[in-house]
Amino acid sequence: MTKDTMQIVREQDVVPFRNRVRELATKIGMSLVNQTKLITAASELVRNMLKYASGGKITLEVISKTGQSGIRLTFADNGPGIENIPQAMQDGFSTGRSLGLGLPGAKRLVNEFDIKSVVGQGTTVTVTHWKNGR
Amino acid sequence: MNTKQTAQLLKKQKKTILESWMKHQLADEALRDDLISNDDLRRQSEELLNGIITATEKGNFDNVYSSEYDLVNDVLNDISITRARQGFSPREVTMYVLSLKQAIIEVMIKEHKDQPELLFTEIQMTNKLLDNLSILTFETYLKGREEVILRQTDEINEISTPVIRVWDGILALPIIGTLDSQRTQIVMENLLQEIVNTGSNIAILDISGVPAVDSLVAQHLIKTVSATRLMGAECIISGIRAEIAQTIVHLGIDLSSIKTKASLASALQLAFTMLSLEVKKKNTGNIQNSRLIR
Repeated sequence: MTKDTMQIVREQDVVPFRNRVRELATKIGMSLVNQTKLITAASELVRNMLKYASGGKITLEVISKTGQSGIRLTFADNGPGIENIPQAMQDGFSTGRSLGLGLPGAKRLVNEFDIKSVVGQGTTVTVTHWKNGR
Repeated sequence: MNTKQTAQLLKKQKKTILESWMKHQLADEALRDDLISNDDLRRQSEELLNGIITATEKGNFDNVYSSEYDLVNDVLNDISITRARQGFSPREVTMYVLSLKQAIIEVMIKEHKDQPELLFTEIQMTNKLLDNLSILTFETYLKGREEVILRQTDEINEISTPVIRVWDGILALPIIGTLDSQRTQIVMENLLQEIVNTGSNIAILDISGVPAVDSLVAQHLIKTVSATRLMGAECIISGIRAEIAQTIVHLGIDLSSIKTKASLASALQLAFTMLSLEVKKKNTGNIQNSRLIR
């Protein structure tokens, strides 16, 4: 099982991170559509992390379950946390004058999505996407 | 102990030090004789050694930031910046200064081998001075490299946002790479300026070269389209690949108010239709030639 971590501190770190995800996805033979979905979701989450928590740590893992491999990404930050998660997961809700599609959009793009947040301590988002997208 | 004595020793033994320094440099396997000729190397080295001898004349071995070291700093600056540009590795640049340390210490050992205490202090002094100088060299070397990177960033920004006039009244803007806020600003400025300059009615934004379209990129695109419309021109977004289309739908981005096409060709076709232009095959035999009739 491969495990890798990346520190994100600046906007310039987004592109290398996305390339790393693409590399892993290509390695396990993920199709182009699923690759793009995962990369876009990852891109949303990493931008959130930069914008609201000024950076954090991402863990990239290749995981497998019965006959199927996938990629799990864990985004952990020590930012202000999210007060009302159901509200943050609504389409069009944003505290930062953006489209408000980052979190709900990312959830729709990947197979498994988990968000935990403690106000004042930080937020951890875990997403998993399987090779065939199911 | 008198540091001036040491300074005089350096002055007196200048020739020996230079020769031994040159020998060390030439003996190093990593010497890049393809990048610098022996004559240039000798000239540079002599200049630097002269600078150090003048700087230490009054016994100052400690403070490399004092005015006495101005000349040394200048020479070092010059050497490391040119070396950074010529493509020397950091090791080679630092070794250049550090090999001088060896040469100086050798001379000191020869002169003062029966006065171990004096020798020890002198070696310590030389160590400190040359270490400081090599840190200085490395700093400027990095500065030189960073300048190269900055210049390239500027160049990339400049070449990556061309506005092309594909037809009378139609502009095309191929976007390559990630669209961040800064790039969007440049793209928007270039596009709006060109709309004014050419009096164009239609702008085609081609995003075939954008690797990922997330909500931030989409937001930037929507802003660019709105700004174009405010100027009275219509905007078409082309180059939406199949996987990008699926992703945009899942993300929930609404681009329905914007005219979008899969390829630049179909966007151009749409633009022609909007301007009531028609592309027709010439009906003279089977020569494959097309002509535009207004």
